[in-house]
Amino acid sequence: MLEAVVNILEQDILAALEDVKDPEIPVLSVVDLGIITGVEIKSENEVTVSMTPTFVGCPAIGMMQKDIRKRVEQMGFAKVDVVIDRSVAWNSNMITDKGREALKNFKLAPPPKHDGNISLEMLALAKCPNCGSSNTSLRNPFGPTLCRSIHFCYDCKNAFEQMKPV
Amino acid sequence: MNAPAIKELILKMADDALIIGHRNSEWNGFAPIIEEDIAFASIAQDKIGHAWALYKILHEHFGETDPDRMAFFREEKDFRCCHFVELPIGEYDFSLVRHFLFDHAEYCRYEMLEHSSYEPLAQLAKKIKGEIKYHLLHADTWIKKLGAQGSEESHARMQSSLNELYPLALGIFEPGNFENELMGENIFAGETELQKQWLENITNSLNNTNLKLPEVKNPRIGFGGRKGFHTEYLRPLITEMSEVIKSEEAGTEW
Repeated sequence: MLEAVVNILEQDILAALEDVKDPEIPVLSVVDLGIITGVEIKSENEVTVSMTPTFVGCPAIGMMQKDIRKRVEQMGFAKVDVVIDRSVAWNSNMITDKGREALKNFKLAPPPKHDGNISLEMLALAKCPNCGSSNTSLRNPFGPTLCRSIHFCYDCKNAFEQMKPV
Repeated sequence: MNAPAIKELILKMADDALIIGHRNSEWNGFAPIIEEDIAFASIAQDKIGHAWALYKILHEHFGETDPDRMAFFREEKDFRCCHFVELPIGEYDFSLVRHFLFDHAEYCRYEMLEHSSYEPLAQLAKKIKGEIKYHLLHADTWIKKLGAQGSEESHARMQSSLNELYPLALGIFEPGNFENELMGENIFAGETELQKQWLENITNSLNNTNLKLPEVKNPRIGFGGRKGFHTEYLRPLITEMSEVIKSEEAGTEW
Protein backbone atom coordinates (compact mmCIF):
# COMPACT_ATOMS: atom_id res chain seq x y z
CA MET A 1 0.00 0.00 0.00
CA LEU A 2 2.74 2.40 1.01
CA GLU A 3 4.51 1.91 -2.29
CA ALA A 4 1.32 2.70 -4.16
CA VAL A 5 0.93 5.93 -2.24
CA VAL A 6 4.48 6.98 -3.00
CA ASN A 7 3.79 6.77 -6.70
CA ILE A 8 0.59 8.76 -6.59
CA LEU A 9 0.88 12.20 -8.14
CA GLU A 10 -1.25 15.25 -7.57
CA GLN A 11 -2.84 14.74 -10.97
CA ASP A 12 -3.88 11.23 -9.90
CA ILE A 13 -5.71 12.72 -6.95
CA LEU A 14 -7.44 15.18 -9.24
CA ALA A 15 -8.46 12.28 -11.47
CA ALA A 16 -9.86 10.43 -8.46
CA LEU A 17 -11.84 13.51 -7.45
CA GLU A 18 -13.76 13.14 -10.72
CA ASP A 19 -15.67 10.48 -8.75
CA VAL A 20 -16.89 13.05 -6.21
CA LYS A 21 -20.07 14.71 -7.42
CA ASP A 22 -21.91 17.85 -6.44
CA PRO A 23 -24.72 16.45 -4.25
CA GLU A 24 -27.18 18.91 -5.78
CA ILE A 25 -26.10 18.16 -9.38
CA PRO A 26 -25.05 14.49 -9.29
CA VAL A 27 -23.64 14.43 -12.85
CA LEU A 28 -21.11 17.15 -12.18
CA SER A 29 -17.82 16.30 -10.44
CA VAL A 30 -16.21 18.74 -8.06
CA VAL A 31 -13.34 19.02 -10.56
CA ASP A 32 -15.63 19.91 -13.47
CA LEU A 33 -17.54 22.31 -11.25
CA GLY A 34 -14.22 24.16 -10.89
CA ILE A 35 -14.21 24.32 -7.10
CA ILE A 36 -10.93 22.46 -6.52
CA THR A 37 -8.28 25.15 -6.29
CA GLY A 38 -5.32 23.04 -5.23
CA VAL A 39 -4.02 19.58 -4.35
CA GLU A 40 -0.85 19.23 -2.36
CA ILE A 41 0.83 15.98 -1.36
CA LYS A 42 2.64 16.95 1.81
CA SER A 43 4.17 13.60 2.65
CA GLU A 44 3.59 9.99 1.78
CA ASN A 45 0.51 9.89 3.96
CA GLU A 46 -0.65 13.49 4.06
CA VAL A 47 -2.64 15.46 1.48
CA THR A 48 -4.29 18.87 1.51
CA VAL A 49 -7.07 19.62 -0.96
CA SER A 50 -8.24 23.24 -1.28
CA MET A 51 -11.71 24.08 -2.47
CA THR A 52 -13.77 27.23 -2.89
CA PRO A 53 -17.55 27.31 -2.41
CA THR A 54 -19.87 28.18 -5.29
CA PHE A 55 -22.29 30.22 -3.17
CA VAL A 56 -21.36 31.51 0.29
CA GLY A 57 -24.49 29.97 1.79
CA CYS A 58 -24.29 26.72 -0.15
CA PRO A 59 -25.50 23.98 2.21
CA ALA A 60 -23.62 21.28 0.28
CA ILE A 61 -20.11 22.49 1.18
CA GLY A 62 -19.75 20.32 4.28
CA MET A 63 -20.96 17.26 2.44
CA MET A 64 -18.56 17.84 -0.45
CA GLN A 65 -15.66 18.34 1.97
CA LYS A 66 -16.49 15.00 3.58
CA ASP A 67 -16.86 13.21 0.23
CA ILE A 68 -13.53 14.59 -1.02
CA ARG A 69 -11.76 13.53 2.16
CA LYS A 70 -13.22 10.02 1.94
CA ARG A 71 -12.20 9.59 -1.70
CA VAL A 72 -8.59 10.66 -1.09
CA GLU A 73 -8.39 8.46 2.00
CA GLN A 74 -9.38 5.52 -0.21
CA MET A 75 -6.17 6.12 -2.15
CA GLY A 76 -4.20 5.26 0.96
CA PHE A 77 -3.53 8.63 2.56
CA ALA A 78 -3.97 8.65 6.31
CA LYS A 79 -4.28 12.39 6.84
CA VAL A 80 -6.44 14.31 4.39
CA ASP A 81 -7.30 17.94 4.98
CA VAL A 82 -9.94 19.61 2.85
CA VAL A 83 -9.63 23.33 3.41
CA ILE A 84 -11.77 26.23 2.20
CA ASP A 85 -9.66 28.52 0.06
CA ARG A 86 -11.01 32.06 0.27
CA SER A 87 -8.33 33.58 -1.94
CA VAL A 88 -10.08 32.28 -5.05
CA ALA A 89 -13.67 33.39 -5.58
CA TRP A 90 -15.54 30.82 -7.64
CA ASN A 91 -17.37 31.99 -10.72
CA SER A 92 -19.40 30.00 -13.21
CA ASN A 93 -16.78 30.43 -15.96
CA MET A 94 -14.68 27.97 -13.94
CA ILE A 95 -16.95 25.08 -14.92
CA THR A 96 -15.00 22.94 -17.43
CA ASP A 97 -16.22 22.24 -20.98
CA LYS A 98 -16.72 18.62 -19.96
CA GLY A 99 -18.80 19.85 -17.03
CA ARG A 100 -20.90 22.05 -19.29
CA GLU A 101 -21.58 19.07 -21.54
CA ALA A 102 -22.58 16.97 -18.52
CA LEU A 103 -24.98 19.70 -17.40
CA LYS A 104 -26.59 19.82 -20.82
CA ASN A 105 -27.06 16.04 -20.87
CA PHE A 106 -28.60 16.32 -17.42
CA LYS A 107 -31.09 18.78 -19.02
CA LEU A 108 -29.76 21.65 -16.96
CA ALA A 109 -28.69 24.58 -19.14
CA PRO A 110 -25.04 25.49 -18.47
CA PRO A 111 -24.39 29.07 -17.38
CA PRO A 112 -23.51 31.42 -20.26
CA LYS A 113 -19.87 32.54 -20.15
CA HIS A 114 -19.52 36.15 -19.10
CA ASP A 115 -17.04 38.94 -18.45
CA GLY A 116 -18.11 39.57 -14.87
CA ASN A 117 -21.13 41.70 -15.70
CA ILE A 118 -24.35 39.83 -15.04
CA SER A 119 -27.54 41.50 -16.26
CA LEU A 120 -31.15 40.41 -16.53
CA GLU A 121 -30.69 40.42 -20.30
CA MET A 122 -27.89 37.89 -20.15
CA LEU A 123 -29.79 35.69 -17.70
CA ALA A 124 -32.64 35.64 -20.17
CA LEU A 125 -30.35 34.20 -22.88
CA ALA A 126 -30.80 30.62 -21.67
CA LYS A 127 -30.79 27.96 -24.35
CA CYS A 128 -33.33 25.17 -23.82
CA PRO A 129 -31.44 21.99 -22.86
CA ASN A 130 -34.32 19.87 -24.20
CA CYS A 131 -34.59 21.14 -27.78
CA GLY A 132 -31.77 23.65 -28.14
CA SER A 133 -34.07 26.59 -28.85
CA SER A 134 -33.17 30.11 -27.78
CA ASN A 135 -36.80 31.16 -27.87
CA THR A 136 -37.07 31.09 -24.10
CA SER A 137 -37.89 33.41 -21.24
CA LEU A 138 -36.72 33.80 -17.66
CA ARG A 139 -39.44 32.85 -15.18
CA ASN A 140 -37.54 33.28 -11.94
CA PRO A 141 -33.95 34.20 -11.16
CA PHE A 142 -34.28 31.87 -8.15
CA GLY A 143 -34.81 28.13 -8.38
CA PRO A 144 -34.81 24.93 -6.33
CA THR A 145 -31.20 25.45 -5.28
CA LEU A 146 -29.20 28.66 -4.82
CA CYS A 147 -27.32 28.08 -8.07
CA ARG A 148 -30.30 27.60 -10.46
CA SER A 149 -32.82 29.83 -12.23
CA ILE A 150 -36.12 28.78 -13.84
CA HIS A 151 -36.95 29.32 -17.54
CA PHE A 152 -39.58 28.41 -20.10
CA CYS A 153 -39.08 27.27 -23.70
CA TYR A 154 -41.70 28.56 -26.19
CA ASP A 155 -40.72 25.95 -28.80
CA CYS A 156 -40.91 22.67 -26.89
CA LYS A 157 -43.19 24.17 -24.21
CA ASN A 158 -41.11 22.85 -21.35
CA ALA A 159 -40.01 24.57 -18.19
CA PHE A 160 -36.30 24.10 -17.59
CA GLU A 161 -33.56 25.21 -15.24
CA GLN A 162 -30.28 26.93 -15.87
CA MET A 163 -27.23 26.99 -13.67
CA LYS A 164 -26.85 30.68 -12.98
CA PRO A 165 -23.97 32.70 -14.30
CA VAL A 166 -22.18 34.33 -11.37
CA MET B 1 -4.84 47.18 11.35
CA ASN B 2 -7.53 48.79 13.42
CA ALA B 3 -9.24 45.83 15.11
CA PRO B 4 -12.08 47.65 16.94
CA ALA B 5 -13.03 49.54 13.77
CA ILE B 6 -13.07 46.43 11.58
CA LYS B 7 -14.96 44.43 14.19
CA GLU B 8 -17.65 47.06 14.49
CA LEU B 9 -18.07 47.22 10.71
CA ILE B 10 -18.27 43.45 10.24
CA LEU B 11 -20.58 42.92 13.19
CA LYS B 12 -23.23 45.35 11.97
CA MET B 13 -23.07 43.90 8.46
CA ALA B 14 -23.42 40.35 9.80
CA ASP B 15 -26.30 41.28 12.12
CA ASP B 16 -28.12 43.10 9.30
CA ALA B 17 -27.74 40.06 7.04
CA LEU B 18 -28.87 37.61 9.72
CA ILE B 19 -31.95 39.57 10.75
CA ILE B 20 -33.11 40.49 7.24
CA GLY B 21 -32.41 36.87 6.28
CA HIS B 22 -34.72 35.68 9.02
CA ARG B 23 -37.39 38.18 8.01
CA ASN B 24 -37.13 37.06 4.37
CA SER B 25 -37.56 33.45 5.45
CA GLU B 26 -40.86 34.34 7.08
CA TRP B 27 -42.40 34.47 3.59
CA ASN B 28 -41.74 30.77 3.26
CA GLY B 29 -45.08 29.17 2.50
CA PHE B 30 -46.94 32.51 2.49
CA ALA B 31 -45.71 34.50 -0.50
CA PRO B 32 -48.44 35.52 -2.97
CA ILE B 33 -47.13 33.23 -5.75
CA ILE B 34 -44.86 30.19 -5.60
CA GLU B 35 -42.05 31.86 -7.57
CA GLU B 36 -41.89 34.57 -4.93
CA ASP B 37 -41.90 31.99 -2.18
CA ILE B 38 -38.83 30.43 -3.79
CA ALA B 39 -37.22 33.82 -4.40
CA PHE B 40 -37.57 35.02 -0.80
CA ALA B 41 -36.44 31.64 0.54
CA SER B 42 -33.34 31.73 -1.71
CA ILE B 43 -32.54 35.30 -0.76
CA ALA B 44 -32.92 34.35 2.91
CA GLN B 45 -30.53 31.43 2.45
CA ASP B 46 -27.97 33.70 0.79
CA LYS B 47 -28.23 36.35 3.52
CA ILE B 48 -27.82 33.86 6.32
CA GLY B 49 -24.83 32.42 4.45
CA HIS B 50 -23.36 35.92 4.27
CA ALA B 51 -23.94 36.45 7.98
CA TRP B 52 -22.24 33.13 8.69
CA ALA B 53 -19.19 34.07 6.58
CA LEU B 54 -18.91 37.45 8.32
CA TYR B 55 -19.25 35.96 11.83
CA LYS B 56 -16.60 33.47 10.75
CA ILE B 57 -14.13 36.30 10.09
CA LEU B 58 -14.87 37.63 13.59
CA HIS B 59 -14.34 34.14 14.98
CA GLU B 60 -11.12 33.38 13.12
CA HIS B 61 -9.42 36.77 13.23
CA PHE B 62 -10.83 38.58 16.25
CA GLY B 63 -11.40 35.86 18.82
CA GLU B 64 -15.19 36.10 18.87
CA THR B 65 -17.22 32.99 19.58
CA ASP B 66 -18.32 30.70 16.70
CA PRO B 67 -20.99 31.79 14.19
CA ASP B 68 -23.83 29.75 15.72
CA ARG B 69 -23.28 31.23 19.15
CA MET B 70 -23.01 34.70 17.67
CA ALA B 71 -26.31 34.23 15.90
CA PHE B 72 -28.34 32.49 18.57
CA PHE B 73 -26.87 33.16 22.00
CA ARG B 74 -26.34 36.89 22.21
CA GLU B 75 -28.63 39.29 23.95
CA GLU B 76 -30.56 41.94 22.11
CA LYS B 77 -28.28 44.74 23.32
CA ASP B 78 -25.26 43.03 21.73
CA PHE B 79 -26.77 43.15 18.25
CA ARG B 80 -25.78 46.01 15.94
CA CYS B 81 -28.39 45.59 13.21
CA CYS B 82 -30.35 48.66 12.12
CA HIS B 83 -34.05 49.10 12.98
CA PHE B 84 -34.91 48.86 9.30
CA VAL B 85 -34.19 45.11 9.12
CA GLU B 86 -36.00 44.39 12.39
CA LEU B 87 -39.44 45.53 11.28
CA PRO B 88 -42.01 42.76 10.75
CA ILE B 89 -42.58 41.70 7.15
CA GLY B 90 -45.93 43.50 6.82
CA GLU B 91 -47.77 43.04 3.54
CA TYR B 92 -45.95 41.96 0.43
CA ASP B 93 -45.48 45.46 -0.97
CA PHE B 94 -43.81 46.45 2.30
CA SER B 95 -41.36 43.53 2.16
CA LEU B 96 -40.61 44.16 -1.52
CA VAL B 97 -39.84 47.84 -0.98
CA ARG B 98 -37.65 47.01 2.02
CA HIS B 99 -35.86 44.35 -0.06
CA PHE B 100 -35.31 46.95 -2.81
CA LEU B 101 -33.92 49.62 -0.45
CA PHE B 102 -31.83 47.21 1.61
CA ASP B 103 -30.27 45.23 -1.21
CA HIS B 104 -29.23 48.32 -3.13
CA ALA B 105 -27.43 49.49 0.01
CA GLU B 106 -25.78 46.10 0.51
CA TYR B 107 -24.71 45.92 -3.10
CA CYS B 108 -23.06 49.37 -2.88
CA ARG B 109 -21.41 48.44 0.40
CA TYR B 110 -19.83 45.29 -1.01
CA GLU B 111 -18.84 47.12 -4.16
CA MET B 112 -16.92 49.58 -1.97
CA LEU B 113 -15.47 46.81 0.20
CA GLU B 114 -14.03 44.98 -2.80
CA HIS B 115 -11.21 47.52 -2.55
CA SER B 116 -10.82 47.28 1.21
CA SER B 117 -7.31 47.20 2.64
CA TYR B 118 -8.59 44.50 4.99
CA GLU B 119 -8.02 41.49 2.77
CA PRO B 120 -10.48 38.92 4.27
CA LEU B 121 -13.31 41.40 3.81
CA ALA B 122 -12.20 42.36 0.30
CA GLN B 123 -12.14 38.69 -0.72
CA LEU B 124 -15.56 38.01 0.72
CA ALA B 125 -16.99 41.18 -0.83
CA LYS B 126 -15.99 40.08 -4.33
CA LYS B 127 -17.85 36.84 -3.83
CA ILE B 128 -20.94 38.18 -2.10
CA LYS B 129 -21.40 41.01 -4.59
CA GLY B 130 -22.10 38.48 -7.36
CA GLU B 131 -24.83 36.88 -5.26
CA ILE B 132 -26.48 40.13 -4.25
CA LYS B 133 -26.62 41.06 -7.92
CA TYR B 134 -29.41 38.49 -8.19
CA HIS B 135 -31.23 40.01 -5.24
CA LEU B 136 -31.03 43.37 -6.98
CA LEU B 137 -32.30 41.99 -10.28
CA HIS B 138 -35.25 40.53 -8.40
CA ALA B 139 -36.00 43.73 -6.49
CA ASP B 140 -35.69 45.96 -9.55
CA THR B 141 -37.94 43.67 -11.58
CA TRP B 142 -40.73 43.87 -9.01
CA ILE B 143 -40.35 47.58 -8.39
CA LYS B 144 -40.91 48.04 -12.10
CA LYS B 145 -43.71 45.48 -12.35
CA LEU B 146 -45.70 46.96 -9.49
CA GLY B 147 -44.51 50.56 -9.62
CA ALA B 148 -44.61 51.22 -13.37
CA GLN B 149 -46.73 48.50 -14.94
CA GLY B 150 -49.26 46.94 -12.55
CA SER B 151 -52.38 48.86 -11.57
CA GLU B 152 -53.35 52.01 -9.73
CA GLU B 153 -53.67 49.94 -6.61
CA SER B 154 -50.18 48.45 -6.97
CA HIS B 155 -48.66 51.90 -7.55
CA ALA B 156 -50.46 53.29 -4.50
CA ARG B 157 -49.38 50.40 -2.29
CA MET B 158 -45.76 50.59 -3.39
CA GLN B 159 -45.71 54.37 -2.94
CA SER B 160 -47.20 54.12 0.52
CA SER B 161 -44.61 51.52 1.58
CA LEU B 162 -41.85 53.67 0.10
CA ASN B 163 -43.12 56.68 2.06
CA GLU B 164 -43.00 54.68 5.25
CA LEU B 165 -39.74 52.84 4.64
CA TYR B 166 -37.46 55.39 3.01
CA PRO B 167 -36.86 57.50 6.15
CA LEU B 168 -36.24 54.34 8.17
CA ALA B 169 -33.83 53.00 5.54
CA LEU B 170 -31.54 55.93 6.36
CA GLY B 171 -30.87 54.10 9.64
CA ILE B 172 -28.71 51.70 7.61
CA PHE B 173 -26.21 54.55 7.32
CA GLU B 174 -26.11 55.54 10.99
CA PRO B 175 -22.41 56.34 11.45
CA GLY B 176 -20.31 54.02 13.58
CA ASN B 177 -17.70 55.03 16.14
CA PHE B 178 -14.80 54.63 13.73
CA GLU B 179 -15.79 56.28 10.44
CA ASN B 180 -12.58 58.32 10.22
CA GLU B 181 -10.37 55.36 11.09
CA LEU B 182 -12.06 53.17 8.48
CA MET B 183 -11.62 55.83 5.82
CA GLY B 184 -8.09 56.77 6.89
CA GLU B 185 -6.90 53.19 6.68
CA ASN B 186 -8.76 52.50 3.41
CA ILE B 187 -10.81 49.79 5.05
CA PHE B 188 -14.16 51.30 4.08
CA ALA B 189 -15.06 54.62 2.50
CA GLY B 190 -17.71 55.33 5.15
CA GLU B 191 -21.47 55.49 5.61
CA THR B 192 -21.86 58.98 4.14
CA GLU B 193 -20.25 57.93 0.87
CA LEU B 194 -22.29 54.72 0.89
CA GLN B 195 -25.53 56.63 1.32
CA LYS B 196 -24.62 58.91 -1.58
CA GLN B 197 -23.97 55.98 -3.92
CA TRP B 198 -27.12 54.22 -2.76
CA LEU B 199 -29.29 57.26 -3.34
CA GLU B 200 -27.95 57.57 -6.85
CA ASN B 201 -28.66 53.90 -7.60
CA ILE B 202 -32.15 53.73 -6.16
CA THR B 203 -33.03 56.99 -7.90
CA ASN B 204 -31.97 55.43 -11.21
CA SER B 205 -34.15 52.39 -10.60
CA LEU B 206 -37.10 54.48 -9.42
CA ASN B 207 -36.84 56.63 -12.55
CA ASN B 208 -38.23 53.64 -14.45
CA THR B 209 -41.38 53.74 -12.31
CA ASN B 210 -44.11 56.12 -11.16
CA LEU B 211 -42.74 56.03 -7.63
CA LYS B 212 -41.24 59.07 -5.93
CA LEU B 213 -38.93 59.28 -2.94
CA PRO B 214 -40.74 61.07 -0.10
CA GLU B 215 -39.51 64.16 1.74
CA VAL B 216 -37.72 63.19 4.94
CA LYS B 217 -38.45 65.31 7.99
CA ASN B 218 -36.21 63.48 10.40
CA PRO B 219 -33.33 61.57 8.78
CA ARG B 220 -32.35 60.07 12.14
CA ILE B 221 -35.68 58.42 12.85
CA GLY B 222 -34.27 54.95 12.16
CA PHE B 223 -31.05 55.48 14.17
CA GLY B 224 -30.10 53.56 17.32
CA GLY B 225 -29.47 50.03 16.11
CA ARG B 226 -25.75 50.56 15.55
CA LYS B 227 -25.42 51.57 19.19
CA GLY B 228 -27.33 48.57 20.51
CA PHE B 229 -30.75 50.21 20.95
CA HIS B 230 -33.42 48.27 19.13
CA THR B 231 -37.10 48.25 18.24
CA GLU B 232 -39.57 46.16 20.19
CA TYR B 233 -39.50 43.66 17.30
CA LEU B 234 -35.95 42.37 17.68
CA ARG B 235 -36.30 40.51 20.98
CA PRO B 236 -39.21 38.28 19.89
CA LEU B 237 -37.38 37.60 16.62
CA ILE B 238 -34.24 36.42 18.44
CA THR B 239 -36.36 34.27 20.75
CA GLU B 240 -38.09 32.61 17.84
CA MET B 241 -34.93 32.21 15.79
CA SER B 242 -33.01 30.52 18.61
CA GLU B 243 -35.84 28.37 19.93
CA VAL B 244 -34.69 25.12 18.34
CA ILE B 245 -30.99 25.41 19.15
CA LYS B 246 -31.76 26.46 22.72
CA SER B 247 -34.10 23.53 23.20
CA GLU B 248 -31.25 21.28 22.09
CA GLU B 249 -28.98 22.77 24.74
CA ALA B 250 -31.75 22.12 27.23
CA GLY B 251 -31.63 18.44 26.35
CA THR B 252 -34.16 17.98 23.54
CA GLU B 253 -33.20 15.04 21.36
CA TRP B 254 -34.19 14.52 17.73
